[in-house]
Amino acid sequence: MNEHAQTMLEAKDVVFRYSETGSNAIDGLSMQVKKGEYVAVLGANGCGKSTLAKHFNAILLPASGTVWIEEIPTTDEDRLMEMRQKVGMVFQNPDNQIVATVVEEDVAFALENLGVPRDEMRCRVDDAMQMAGIYKYREKAPHKLSGGQKQRVAIAGVIAMRPDCLVLDEATAMLDPIGREKVMHTVHKLNRDYGITVVQITHYMEEAATADRVVVMSAGRIVMEGTPRQVFSQVEAVKALHLDVPQSAELCHALTQAGLPMPDDVIRPEECAAAIYKTLTGKEPPRDV
Amino acid sequence: MLRDITIGQHFPGDSALHNMDPRAKLVLTLVYIIMLFVASNPIGLGISIVLVFGLYLLAKIPLRLIGKSLKPIIPIILFTAVLNVFFVTGESEPLVSLGFLHIYREGIDYAVLIVVRIICIIAGTSLLTYTTSPIVLTAAIEQLLRPLSKLKFPVHELAMMMTIALRFIPLLIEETDKIMNAQKARGAQLDSGTLMQRVKALIPVLIPLFISAFRRADELAMAMECRCYHGGEGRTRLKELRMSGKDVWLTVAAVVVFVAMGMSNFLWK
Ligand SMILES: Nc1ncnc2c1ncn2[C@@H]1O[C@H](COP(=O)(O)OP(=O)(O)OP(=O)(O)O)[C@@H](O)[C@H]1O
Ligand SMILES: [Mg+2]
Repeated sequence: MNEHAQTMLEAKDVVFRYSETGSNAIDGLSMQVKKGEYVAVLGANGCGKSTLAKHFNAILLPASGTVWIEEIPTTDEDRLMEMRQKVGMVFQNPDNQIVATVVEEDVAFALENLGVPRDEMRCRVDDAMQMAGIYKYREKAPHKLSGGQKQRVAIAGVIAMRPDCLVLDEATAMLDPIGREKVMHTVHKLNRDYGITVVQITHYMEEAATADRVVVMSAGRIVMEGTPRQVFSQVEAVKALHLDVPQSAELCHALTQAGLPMPDDVIRPEECAAAIYKTLTGKEPPRDV
Repeated sequence: MLRDITIGQHFPGDSALHNMDPRAKLVLTLVYIIMLFVASNPIGLGISIVLVFGLYLLAKIPLRLIGKSLKPIIPIILFTAVLNVFFVTGESEPLVSLGFLHIYREGIDYAVLIVVRIICIIAGTSLLTYTTSPIVLTAAIEQLLRPLSKLKFPVHELAMMMTIALRFIPLLIEETDKIMNAQKARGAQLDSGTLMQRVKALIPVLIPLFISAFRRADELAMAMECRCYHGGEGRTRLKELRMSGKDVWLTVAAVVVFVAMGMSNFLWK
């Protein structure tokens, strides 16, 4: 019980397959996500990331093994609504997650389902829209918003439930750099200021580099795990899994291989700039970059 | 090109009619239609014309929109009018006789009556959709039908279906546009050829559209489940429909006019 108090999500020896005859989409996977943690999940197409995400709020149930949301096993049907409220899911395509025809009504959708009284609902909807930075679009029709704005509507619709955890399945994949930046900013703020645990599935290494922990999957299993620095310093291993490393890490790695020794734990552009400056001039960079 | 279609034809505004409780509007529109049939005399129909024109002015909806909404059914109006002129027989002598066709006074009266009725029905119901957004209308329908849910009528499901349809219509229109362009880029001739050819050319548009619609439906269902959707049971609503003082006045005024329309039957005789 004491252990559960710290754990938001836990998967133990989870196996899942979509059809009896097919191969395992999840193949004996175990992982833990602590409360307040920001975890990025990486992996090539079809390695089972989305399947794993769907296990984290009981959309899918494991064929064997167990998934817990806090202390609740996801097989506990009586507490399904509670689990769905605790773990909010955001998917890739915002168009297919928005139900209502007005932004604020969509944000209220989950609360309407949960039977929250009207006054409290008004408050929570407004809060959620403020948190996601879409308050000024509250009366608009979703199809008149940009992709980034729509995705933030979807996020607001989920955080209105006051979840303890947010699972984002390639939530930024359809957005342009500005839209992605805005959504990432929102998610980080929710993690930092409101202590919401985040599990983010992504193909963008720059996004993964901002997480507390990176988990790399391949063929339904976890194959690498650690801080972004630990993972991305193993450039060759990551590339072998058909993934990229952040461009800064890649540049430093290439420079090292070309005979210019560089630190191997660089993942952010600023660090990369500082390291190159130091190597070239032999001095510390003049200002904090 | 498909983007130009506006569904439900709603013209946002801030008039008393726009802000009126949609349930009252819906019920009053229905009563109005019934009264058009009850009051089958010149005085009654005169009142109904004045009423509907007055309401258009009140809602600041341009009157030419009535013409626009009538346009598609002009053939029907003409057809019924002509039919009535020639086939209604009266007791008095026919006004005109063309061989076997006789035109009676009653026939002309009846034709005018029907035409005015149809115009008033169209103008009245269009006014409802012009001044009420589809979402609000859906909410009104849901609330009005709620008593039926006791008889196991799926009121909530119906309203949810309407909402989702309204939400996805613009999306699917956009998608149709995209697929049509994609097929045109592959050499499909969608705008030319005989009718048969054009219908055939639509098949490669419709199939991807259906597939994508099903995929969307699948994803939407999952997203709804993730947000704790479990049917209409124990649901609350963000917005409650309320009758304001102004609505009560408008309703009373409308009822007075309706009564006048009904009474006109006695006056005319
Ligand atoms: N609904 C489904 N029915 C059958 N098989 C499925 C279904 N969804 C996924 N799969 C299979 O399960 C495996 C894992 O799929 P999953 O969607 O979890 O991958 P992913 O890591 O999310 O990939 P991507 O990066 O493309 O989103 C794949 O081999 C896929 O073909
Ligand atoms: Mg996926």
